[in-house]
Amino acid sequence: MVHGEAWTIKEFFTYPNEYIYWTIQIVMYPFMTGLVAGAFVLSSLYHVFGVKQLKEIARFSLVFSFALLPVAMLPLMMHLQQPLRGIEVMLTPHFTSAIAAFGIVFSTYGMIVASELWFVFRKHFVETALALKSIEGRNALQQGQYLLFSVLTLGAWDISHEALEADERAVKKLAAAGIPVACFLHGYAGFIFGSVKANALWMTPLMPVIFICSAVVSGIALCILTYILTMEIRKQLSRRRRLAHPELPSMEELKSAEAHVVAMTSRYLLMFMVAAITLELLDLIFRGYTAVKSWDILRSVIYERDFVNIFVVQYGLGNLVPFVLFLIPGLTIRRAMVGTVLVLLGVFMMRWNVVIGGQAFSSSFSGFMHYVLPLWPDNMETLKEGLVGALIVAGVPFCLFYLLNKVMPVFKETH
Amino acid sequence: MISRRSFCKKSLLIAGGLAIPLSCLELFDPKRLLAEKDQKGPRWVFLVDTRKCVGCGFCVKGCKVENEVPYDANVTRTWVERYVVTTDGKTHIDSPKGARDGFPNKGIDIGHGKLEEIKDEDIDKAFFVPKLCNQCDNPPCVQVCPVGATYQTADGVVLVDRKWCIGCGYCIMGCPYGVRFFHPVFHVAEKCNFCYHRITKGMQTACVDSCAFGARRVGNLRDPDDPVTRIIMTERVNVLKEEYGTKPQVFYLGLSKEVK
Repeated sequence: MVHGEAWTIKEFFTYPNEYIYWTIQIVMYPFMTGLVAGAFVLSSLYHVFGVKQLKEIARFSLVFSFALLPVAMLPLMMHLQQPLRGIEVMLTPHFTSAIAAFGIVFSTYGMIVASELWFVFRKHFVETALALKSIEGRNALQQGQYLLFSVLTLGAWDISHEALEADERAVKKLAAAGIPVACFLHGYAGFIFGSVKANALWMTPLMPVIFICSAVVSGIALCILTYILTMEIRKQLSRRRRLAHPELPSMEELKSAEAHVVAMTSRYLLMFMVAAITLELLDLIFRGYTAVKSWDILRSVIYERDFVNIFVVQYGLGNLVPFVLFLIPGLTIRRAMVGTVLVLLGVFMMRWNVVIGGQAFSSSFSGFMHYVLPLWPDNMETLKEGLVGALIVAGVPFCLFYLLNKVMPVFKETH
Repeated sequence: MISRRSFCKKSLLIAGGLAIPLSCLELFDPKRLLAEKDQKGPRWVFLVDTRKCVGCGFCVKGCKVENEVPYDANVTRTWVERYVVTTDGKTHIDSPKGARDGFPNKGIDIGHGKLEEIKDEDIDKAFFVPKLCNQCDNPPCVQVCPVGATYQTADGVVLVDRKWCIGCGYCIMGCPYGVRFFHPVFHVAEKCNFCYHRITKGMQTACVDSCAFGARRVGNLRDPDDPVTRIIMTERVNVLKEEYGTKPQVFYLGLSKEVK
């Protein structure tokens, strides 16, 4: 069977070779990079602009951004027909292609986040390593941990006040440098689509900007959501632990801290959401107003075939409902949770409507293609480019975050 | 002993110092300089006379066999489209299996295995249009390939390196003509290359050889005496989707405004 035939239904006239070649993994790719960039921008709000209220979530989102980073690459690898040759993008980049910049932007960004994390957690590494060193007769696990943390210090054992202040200055600089790189990382994902002149729906110079705005929205939303979930787990744990250690923060303290962080962060979420929606609507209005050759087929895709996906799920459920939820005074944790889940759904549907919607019509403008998401895999292809593949991609960052949190505890007070 | 700071500084200096002479190799690529100087080779172009095409599909058959595109796979390097314009002003288009078996049904294939029957008296005009890669002068597929696996030769033909293609599908997305697809066996991008293995040896393409009506012809635009070149230069020819700025090099005689 030809690649793409398994999930494409054609209607009216399409060119014989046209299929939905870019499937759910290519929806996941900008969605995941968006989360990376958004989480990083959120952490930078504290580190660069000194928004003190975001202190706690800043460290959290930085580690989470790092956990998401390798996953931004995963959907691409799963999508490639020759995944073993994926490394060629780094080895022989062909710079007239937008994708060729991937290796450079991605590794630059990865290095910035990694070094920023190192400066933030250096004190923790040194302290842990020293504490482990002082233990007489370490067992195998402790010895392993000691080695890991000693290596992580990279030989910089100085945690005097001056050294830590120098660390903070470095964090600030790296975070400042990271913002444009994060925006570039994601803006260029938008450029990959926006520069395809053969696709009438994708081709717009607004695409990178729209992608950046919705990326920040989704990144903040995911950080709030994951933050709430981890705080809930912490609350349950602290209830048990406080019986033994009464000096730990009480339930009420945790609760009020949580509510405060969520309320503050959701304000930034709203700001970026307004920007994202404004640009998306501008694009839509402009297309309708200029009504170039492709508008006839675009209109029937946007207003008829994909109406539910675009206007009901994306704009209605994903934008309008959470907007109202966040604006009603007295934001509760439960409402914030519902709101952030809906925002994430909205951004995911925006990616879906761009990637799949852009292939919903033939470039002959005379026919349509419908994407049937393979739910249950019956071969390798439908496994990789179906629901199961997408769920794998969505699940991996949480596993990575769990592991990273063991080494870089996001909730422990650092300097 | 060398300090960490000076080690970092010196490594950067060495890396930077090495990068400059290496970049000169790219700036003054002797092969490229020679290629740019030498304009004597051919520039392959194609001429399709739509008025001669009867939609038999022999060209598609010939191409599939010659170029090892699996016969029953629903992809093809070249295909024929049927246009039926009815009295109500509507255009009905189809190309069942790329017209590999011609057009066995009178009804128009509208997908889902359904046919739309059109009465003879409702037809204003009807014609066939063969399609193949346009070997553009400004090929978007070459531009977007992230690893340079697809490239244009000096004689204008766009080729794919099957050993280097990563199968991302960006070139397929970038082509406005829909000529590219994934090869079902090699799992890399695949396209018409004017039977490069044949034309470079002085032969005709497989589709030209299998066309009994002379609707397809391949020629060299740099040779003023080539009959194809003479037609392109002296007659009213047209190209497909000029608005994309791709500068297509497949020229059509008798192209109608309905053709997509």
